Amino acid sequence: MIPIEFVLFVFLIATALAVLVVRDLFAAAMLFGIFSLLSSGMMLMMDAVDVSFTEAAVGAGISTVLILGALSLTDSSEKTSTYHQWSAKLVVVATGALLIFGTFDMPHYGAPEAPIHNHVAPDYIEGSRTVIEIPNIVTSVLASYRGFDTFGETTVVLTALVGVMLLLGGSRKGEDEAPEMTDEPEAS
Amino acid sequence: METVKAPRPLRDNLILRVVAKALFPFILLFGLYVQFHGDFGPGGGFQAGVIVAAGFILYGLVFGLADMQRTLPPRWVEVGSALGVLLYGGVGVYAMLNHGAFLEYNALDHHNAIHGQHRGIFWVELGVGITVASVMVGLFYAFAGRGKRRG
Repeated sequence: MIPIEFVLFVFLIATALAVLVVRDLFAAAMLFGIFSLLSSGMMLMMDAVDVSFTEAAVGAGISTVLILGALSLTDSSEKTSTYHQWSAKLVVVATGALLIFGTFDMPHYGAPEAPIHNHVAPDYIEGSRTVIEIPNIVTSVLASYRGFDTFGETTVVLTALVGVMLLLGGSRKGEDEAPEMTDEPEAS
Repeated sequence: METVKAPRPLRDNLILRVVAKALFPFILLFGLYVQFHGDFGPGGGFQAGVIVAAGFILYGLVFGLADMQRTLPPRWVEVGSALGVLLYGGVGVYAMLNHGAFLEYNALDHHNAIHGQHRGIFWVELGVGITVASVMVGLFYAFAGRGKRRG
């Protein structure tokens, strides 16, 4: 019996390679969506339900739509370039190799003696039951123990919209009210 | 090669129209469930906001940007995205007015600190939900609206 993590990993790598190879940007956008859905499955296998939920909703849902929206403003296929920056490739490969080398020192997945499980996590797990009384520890960490961080994250989300609106132009005066009813798909 | 025009009205397709219309209320209801049940199960403000935004974007993809913006005016989206952050910060300031530190939920209820925690988490998550939903729809408006103007 092949473990499902193995199947998911094989499909993840296959999707990532396909994104690299494929020249059609529409297909690449769809493959990104599939990649997100697969990684959401990986998170689910690791019992990180909240992260998996977010990955499925944001990665596979919204960002695919946004990429498609951006795609409607540009060409549908990638420009083929014969230009190869070998020094850049060397840096990328070296960094990747270093990162993989770094993982050899990391504790095994789910090891109870790992530092992350012995620092503040026991307090949070205990406090979520006694101090906050919320069954979902993720929520009590996010909203209460890490309330400042979440405030910052919410502000970052707002800043993202402000940035996009400054670059692409949000709603302008006169465009808000009574938009024209146009049934035909726009052909630019 | 044909250029891709992603966010355009698909209202001519009867099946898509019927399915989108039938699913829309259930997506919003699921969003509310994820929002207010985040204390007990997976989910919370961020996921709920994304789900609500996805519901509206589905509506927009099928019925067109004009209909979507009549349902959810861009002005509301702009106000909403700031309102959520204000609500979040407001909880923090309210805790300070109650002689606590910024975002110290225990100070929100002087008789029962756990009730204060629950209250704080509820409002803070609501703020996150409002901001995330508004921002996601706002991003969609920014991209989809630009195509319309350029064309």
